[in-house]
Amino acid sequence: MSKEKLIDVKNLATYFHTEEGTVKAVDGVSFEIYPGETLGVVGESGCGKSVTSLSIMRLIESPPGKIERGEIIFNNKDLTKSTQKDMRKIRGNDISMIFQEPMTSLNPVYTVGDQIMEAILIHKDVNKKQARQEAIDMLTKVGIPLPEQRVDEYPHQLSGGMRQRVMIAMALSCDPQLLIADEPTTALDVTIQAQILELMNGLKDQFGMAIMMITHDLGVIAEVSDRVAVMYAGKIVEYTDVETLYANPKHPYTWGLMHSIPHIEKDVDRLQAIPGSVPNPLDFPQGCKYNTRCPFATDKCREIEPEIEEIEEGHQVACWHVDKLEEAKAKEKKKKEKK
Amino acid sequence: MTEERLLEIKNLKKYFPVKAGVFRRTVAHVKAVDDISFHINKGETLGLVGESGCGKSTAGRTILRLLEATEGEITFEGQNLLELDKRELREMRKEMQIIFQDPYASLNPRMTVADIVGEPIDIHGLAANKKERNERVTEILDTVGLGTEYMKRYPHEFSGGQRQRIGVARALAVDPSLIIADEPVSALDVSIQAQVINLMQDLQKDFSLTYLFIAHDLSVVKHISDRVAVMYLGKLVEVADKQKLFDDPKHPYTQSLLSAIPVADPTYKSDRIILEGDVPSPVNPPSGCRFHPRCPYAMEICSEVEPEYKDYGEGHYAACHLLEQE
Repeated sequence: MSKEKLIDVKNLATYFHTEEGTVKAVDGVSFEIYPGETLGVVGESGCGKSVTSLSIMRLIESPPGKIERGEIIFNNKDLTKSTQKDMRKIRGNDISMIFQEPMTSLNPVYTVGDQIMEAILIHKDVNKKQARQEAIDMLTKVGIPLPEQRVDEYPHQLSGGMRQRVMIAMALSCDPQLLIADEPTTALDVTIQAQILELMNGLKDQFGMAIMMITHDLGVIAEVSDRVAVMYAGKIVEYTDVETLYANPKHPYTWGLMHSIPHIEKDVDRLQAIPGSVPNPLDFPQGCKYNTRCPFATDKCREIEPEIEEIEEGHQVACWHVDKLEEAKAKEKKKKEKK
Repeated sequence: MTEERLLEIKNLKKYFPVKAGVFRRTVAHVKAVDDISFHINKGETLGLVGESGCGKSTAGRTILRLLEATEGEITFEGQNLLELDKRELREMRKEMQIIFQDPYASLNPRMTVADIVGEPIDIHGLAANKKERNERVTEILDTVGLGTEYMKRYPHEFSGGQRQRIGVARALAVDPSLIIADEPVSALDVSIQAQVINLMQDLQKDFSLTYLFIAHDLSVVKHISDRVAVMYLGKLVEVADKQKLFDDPKHPYTQSLLSAIPVADPTYKSDRIILEGDVPSPVNPPSGCRFHPRCPYAMEICSEVEPEYKDYGEGHYAACHLLEQE
């Protein structure tokens, strides 16, 4: 592709050195995000998706956390080598982040306006009055009614959906190039989730920014992403564009996840559950980390960990037995045709 | 089909007082559940859905009398639960159990699994001696897919999915006929949810259980339920057979709720109805139809008169003025 990458993450590894041992939360992930696109990162709790985003923001608490290796190239600079002073210029200005729980990420003792103005005053050369006007403009853009009035209210006076809108207003106030959204709609009701997703999609086009959307919800991923990275136990196991991923998943974990959720548009008698549970990060199995739950696992999987490889153009998978999954898919198809 | 009603709810209300001032006088009421009526047939699963604060959990708890109802009738196997005294109620609870959302908060951390599952057996005197009790506990743990080696362990030693299995085992211990499951899978990881859903379906078949399945995830509810009830702000807006409700939703709220579900298929294009605004406060709900401030089809009458909740054919209940005009 000729387009220039906005952010290029290469072989990133973030470990936490705890008393009980080393937790390899992120263990060698590589991906890139292009300007104006949405990259979805999907995975279950503990797969390392949030730690990946916090590493980009350099918000990993150290100790116990440490970026062990890898590069995060953003605007020709390696963020892993940036000083905290440089990072302060980037955070909220070039890269912004919104979190899952809007109540805990807003300061309860400051008004909404003060909190939006804080970022504007730090990063832009404006006076207080102008900043306040910009805050009101942002509130209008994120669809908050009566912004002149809301700007002086405190977070507790707003509903969950409104708080998330305020978070978005704050994140976008300095016109960032990249917005990292960590489970932005998980705490919200479906009708409010639909509002927020539509808002984010609209603002993305309006501001021309890229979004890194982190979630466990395969429905949300399908809706907003251009490309998707599937994470399991600190690794990206599958990485491709969204249509290919849903039409033709190549990693047994991705395939298993899609079969284990009930689909609203089609009925099945029984869900195909993935057996077992996510392995303990202090005690990952040897070889492929999915081998304890994978129906296709062989001795090879239990010994050697597969590297992620491009098996078709733009489709990367980390699995020794892509062919076995294809066989299973063919069998399933035959069964369906018989019916 | 001859359907036998196991549970029948009539005009159930649950108001919580709002107190204020020095004398803690009641200044208002939160009308969490405000006049709802429905029934559950023997052996079926009724899904109860709605957004946070709509009163679905309160309804579940009021039915079990974990909360005292303000008004109404709850008939279970021909008996009005609200008329039972304490002793009779305890007896009746053997038939009705509950599974909670948070498997981390609903198990006592100081009790072993054997004691957690054994407690209801002791309370209801279902075992003659310790040996018999332990046999029964072993049997139940085996049924929910936990081996006997887990009996002496404490809740913190288990993963979320296993804990929810313990919760299911505890409910099952007294051999109930009705289980109220309050968001039983929403705290679990995606790959684990299917395990618990499958388990609940297997148990339903094996022990002919009846479920009231309370959840906000419509895909899960669609999968597990026979019929579905939709709540909005303390009221039932629509109840129907699952297929009918999802294929032909009659109430505008149900329609927008269904259209808001993100579908796990990037090629799927839905005609989304985006609702304006938030759910209003149940302390001072809107006049007339409670949905009218957000309803895309609201008419004049909607803000004045509350629509009647009635059967629009073959057990498809709804409360909307639009339907009455048709």
